[in-house]
Amino acid sequence: MIDAVASDAALERVVRHETAHLVATLHRILGDLDVAEEAVAEAVVEALNAWRRDGIPDQPGGWLLTAARHNALDRLRRESRYREKLALLAGGTAETAPEPADGQDERLALIFGCCHPALARPAQLALTLRAVVGLTTAEIARAFFTLEPTIAQRIVRAKRKIVQAGIPVRIPGAEELPARLDSVLTVVYLAYNEAYLATGGPDASRRDLADDAIWLAGVVSTSLPREPEALGLLALLRLHHARASARFDGAGHLILLADQDRTAWDGEAIRTAIDLLERAATMRRPGRYQLQAAIAACHAEARDWAATDWLQILTLYDLLLRLDPSPVVRLNRAIALAQFDGPARALAELDTLIEPLRNYHLLHATRAQLLRGLGRGHEARAADATALALTGNVAERHLLTERLRS
Amino acid sequence: MKYVLMYTNRPDLDEAVPKERIEQVYGEIFAWFEKNAAVLTDAGAELQDVSTATTVKSGDNQPVVVDGPFNEAKEVVGGFSVIDVPDLDAAIELVKTWPSLDFPGVAIEIRPIVDHSGG
Repeated sequence: MIDAVASDAALERVVRHETAHLVATLHRILGDLDVAEEAVAEAVVEALNAWRRDGIPDQPGGWLLTAARHNALDRLRRESRYREKLALLAGGTAETAPEPADGQDERLALIFGCCHPALARPAQLALTLRAVVGLTTAEIARAFFTLEPTIAQRIVRAKRKIVQAGIPVRIPGAEELPARLDSVLTVVYLAYNEAYLATGGPDASRRDLADDAIWLAGVVSTSLPREPEALGLLALLRLHHARASARFDGAGHLILLADQDRTAWDGEAIRTAIDLLERAATMRRPGRYQLQAAIAACHAEARDWAATDWLQILTLYDLLLRLDPSPVVRLNRAIALAQFDGPARALAELDTLIEPLRNYHLLHATRAQLLRGLGRGHEARAADATALALTGNVAERHLLTERLRS
Repeated sequence: MKYVLMYTNRPDLDEAVPKERIEQVYGEIFAWFEKNAAVLTDAGAELQDVSTATTVKSGDNQPVVVDGPFNEAKEVVGGFSVIDVPDLDAAIELVKTWPSLDFPGVAIEIRPIVDHSGG
């Protein structure tokens, strides 16, 4: 008997590996993304139940395809165009479906369809996680602290719009590609962020969304090897992930970067991520993700907090601000500025961000740290209290509560 | 696929556009319709000013007739066309070339038409 946790991880890998191929295959045969996606999603739920009980079959992809075809047939029987589509479905054999004509990874077309700008961001995110990565609706709901019916409805509406509004499931042409790729990368980045923030939360048994996001970034960058931002995002996520295990102590409490045990970082993963980033840099088209990855690489390469190259990090933030002059980037730059130049100027910069970021707990938590550095303990406590009131994350709440207690 | 394009604008912002530019854009719009005649199933119509609108609404017992557009929004529909293109991306690509899209408050809504053929 395989132990339950390892078996679940194996199930996830199989599901993640097969889902997008299956959805793309059925979509190609039927020309109906809604039926294709629904049939595969049902097959995934069936597989998780059956495989937990009986173990993973020798050909899990074939098992899933057979189950998905059955489900598609069931759905089509309820449709008026049943006979027409049944003929299409009967065309492919059970284990092998016709390959796409141009040989390009058809999963990429599916990703571009799911992340089409005619869909709202939350819909793009939910649909990508289900149709491409194979998460169940329940898993997506847990990851985003949202009710399952809300996610289910979001996915149903998104698929309905793809079909009814004629959203194409294909890789966009060269002219549209940069903007469309940016939308895809944002979805992958948001999926990772959600996982990153939720780590250490009360639900430790949840599927590792961070792994899913890194896998997704890998699929995109492998399919588009000449797109440096896709490589940059993969490098960024891998750099964050290489340091993830040092973010918490044994009791699940958050440890800030300055205090982390750097020997616990995954040195090999950091090196390979930096290789990716260097490969992206040779293409000479810098972008948001490459710059963020370069900043993460500075941290990852520093022996300790004091040895960090803050001037280099500040320079990278200045470049990033040119591409993304958002208040959150300015906040992060101010944190680096405080290390380089002391808390006074950084605090002045932060004070200009209070209005746009008044509901962002990290602004207040950062202000608290700077105020403490300037000996303004009373104001620091007030800022920590504001930060505490603004975050629901268990680990962050614990850290702030401890600060307020001391 | 067939889509209706709804050309909308903000009358309160239109005043900011110079007269000469408006006259110029009319010429460009005329050329746009000629150039895209192949996909325009129905060139549709340009509508009279929103101040001429009359709305008939459901009332307690019988329909009620009121002055003005159907909603209170600042954006008003100024015209519509029907196009037939392969997919939404083709519709978006076409709409992005609409000559007055650089005017403040101009927006074009793309809505697929319900297909009653059952196909």
